[in-house]
Amino acid sequence: MAERVVIEAHGLWKRFDTVEVLQGVSFALEKGETLVIMGGSGSGKTVMLRLVAGLIRPDAGTIHVFGRSIEHLSEEELLPIRRRMGYVFQGAALFDSLSVRENVAYPLREHTRLDGREIEARVVGNLRQVGLGPEVLSVLPAELSGGMRKRVGIARALAVEPEVLLFDEPTAGLDPTNSKLVAELIQKLHGGVCDTAIVVTHDLELAKTVADRVAVLIDGRFAALGPVGAVLASDDAGVQAFLAGEAR
Amino acid sequence: METYLRRATVWYGGVGLLTGRVLRSLALPPKYFRLVVHEIEVMGVRSLGVALVAAVFTGMVFTIQSAVNMARFGAESYVGPVAALAILRELGPVLTAILVGGKVASGITAELGSMKVTEQIDALRTLGVNYIKRLVVPRVLAALVVFPLLTVLADAVGVLGGMVIMFVERGADMWAYWNTTTYWVVPKDFLTGVGKSVFFGGVVTLIGCYNGLSTEGGTEGLGRATTATVVHVTMGVIVSDFFLTKLFLTLFY
Repeated sequence: MAERVVIEAHGLWKRFDTVEVLQGVSFALEKGETLVIMGGSGSGKTVMLRLVAGLIRPDAGTIHVFGRSIEHLSEEELLPIRRRMGYVFQGAALFDSLSVRENVAYPLREHTRLDGREIEARVVGNLRQVGLGPEVLSVLPAELSGGMRKRVGIARALAVEPEVLLFDEPTAGLDPTNSKLVAELIQKLHGGVCDTAIVVTHDLELAKTVADRVAVLIDGRFAALGPVGAVLASDDAGVQAFLAGEAR
Repeated sequence: METYLRRATVWYGGVGLLTGRVLRSLALPPKYFRLVVHEIEVMGVRSLGVALVAAVFTGMVFTIQSAVNMARFGAESYVGPVAALAILRELGPVLTAILVGGKVASGITAELGSMKVTEQIDALRTLGVNYIKRLVVPRVLAALVVFPLLTVLADAVGVLGGMVIMFVERGADMWAYWNTTTYWVVPKDFLTGVGKSVFFGGVVTLIGCYNGLSTEGGTEGLGRATTATVVHVTMGVIVSDFFLTKLFLTLFY
């Protein structure tokens, strides 16, 4: 495996009940690259991301993360690998009984020996990176707007200083202004604190903004995988139907 | 029938696997001990009222019923030891486990199930946190402390409640009642009951945690899981009580 390859998946199959969601998907993600995985609802995009994070196991195929095969690792063995990744959930998945401060500080309290003042400084810094000020520190997640929750989720994921960020539908459910903000944020992170990412989305504008390469997932396989321009110009009928919003 | 058997196998297997993972994760980092203390407060202090009220009234009912019926055979002087043995060996640990266990375990299922359906447990996993150590082990350890303590208190108020009702209703001599009771009741009667409560605490908490962690189907699934926990806890305590009783009778009597 080339040294620059951070994540490599080969021949991934995943089935839920009778539905074959993934049917032999392969890809590699290099350091410094943002790969956008697109596809319609239920096409298996989130399943891909969960496989990469080791939250579920593939039925067949291999996944190497940071050079280590993860598909047979136990939950305990996966923990140090996950600490090198940041996962931003579609619904943010903030801890609802904790304030914004405690949410962002959570991984720092778990994995570092920083004292209270250092943690506070890191939390404020992470929130600033996602465009939020200290006024939200004491707010509970339920009191935040959808866009703010997403940004707090990103700040929490950044707290562990990840080498790879995994975004699950980062603009889903957001108004155009917040979608644009989140897209700009991902772009900013790409050029800054975390330059490697997988973004799962059905938002074509987001893909155009942040992607180095785009993959289109149709019927459990990548119907197209390559630079944005090449995928947009793909002659695959399924890809064109998806891009035109005419897919089933 | 096949579906039911498959579901039952998955459930028992799941609880078994969770038990194994808990046993492997018992060594907690020091910072998690405050979670154990917090859970002791949540489970113990907030359940004290339920446990004691149930115990005192059950003790009084059992004693007065025994007195009325044993009087027919001229055996009323033995009501004290009979009631005490029943309370210490069965009623105290079992009632406490069912009442407190139902309350505690359904609360655990609701909390963990809610975290599961809102992906907060997956969030913990992606942050590299061992969620078994963070969410399950502190609750199990707390239950292993709380259930015996509550049972001891329930035993005490149950026996005392019986004694008081015998004095008030039947005019019993409290000194004689106490002497007869302490003559016939031996420490192992009390200790086997407390031993049961340790086991019940572990079982009840593991059931609550497993049902919470395996919740599926959004808020509707959460409701189903919480209801199932109450049933599972009740059945788990009653059925395991039979086997524990057999075991203890074989080992100690």
